[in-house]
Amino acid sequence: MHTQARYFIRTALLFLLAAFLVGALVLVNQGLTLDSRIGLLLPVFYHLLMVGWVTQLICGVALWMFPPHSREQPRGDQRLGWFTYAALNSGLLLRAVFEPLHTLSPTPWSGWALVLSALLQMLAIWAFVAAIWPRVKGRPRREQGAG
Amino acid sequence: MPYLSRLMIRTALVWLAIGYTLGGLLLLNKGMPTMAWLWTLRYTHVHILLIGWTVQFACGVAFWILPRLDAAGTRGDERLVWLSYAALNVGVVLAALRDPLAAAIGSSLLLDLMPVGAGALYLLGIVAFAAHARPRIVAFRALPRPVRGE
Repeated sequence: MHTQARYFIRTALLFLLAAFLVGALVLVNQGLTLDSRIGLLLPVFYHLLMVGWVTQLICGVALWMFPPHSREQPRGDQRLGWFTYAALNSGLLLRAVFEPLHTLSPTPWSGWALVLSALLQMLAIWAFVAAIWPRVKGRPRREQGAG
Repeated sequence: MPYLSRLMIRTALVWLAIGYTLGGLLLLNKGMPTMAWLWTLRYTHVHILLIGWTVQFACGVAFWILPRLDAAGTRGDERLVWLSYAALNVGVVLAALRDPLAAAIGSSLLLDLMPVGAGALYLLGIVAFAAHARPRIVAFRALPRPVRGE
């Protein structure tokens, strides 16, 4: 497994752990009502799980296992993958911090942080689609007479 | 990668790009409220990403990568996977359009039937895919190589 895929998959595992910690806290709070503000973490839980874990794991495994882009560049332009990694994770972390804060007491700073988070995550996914699209392909046909 | 997997994975990638764009717009609107109507796209975003992206991508990869049925590389009844592809995607379209249409034109019987249709199509799509995949979930076994020229 190449370095980029390992970064994606290990970070996805960290988000899985974080998501379940947040999810457990939300559930405990539903039962014991520790603090009403903890309920604001529900959308954070969903996104840590679905973006940080599921989507990031899929991205990492796809970048690792999909058919090679070409003989010269088997993984295509790896800068797209690194951009996806950086933008997706920074966008998600911004969201995890500022979404509950903005719901509690909205300020222009927290609002702009959410705007930045949204743009980063959108750009990350567009970059991933651009990176993986050419690798969704069939087995190249052997030239006649070869082999 | 077989044609049907390429089709499912590419369609899933299109849903991924659409779903994240909608999600980004929803979050952007949360930070800087400009278009209140965007909130009607919340469940559109959820259906597109859960079914159109995640489930369809998994089905596309599974069709490609699960063990073949014989030494010739047969993948089984592809019609079931075509049915699954059609049902899942029509289901996503119905589920995705319901809320924005209801916000635009008000409620109607047809709109109320859209999520019912989407649910039935999701079920049909997944049952069809499971029926295709089940015979391919087998333990490792060595298959004889097909004889050249046959």
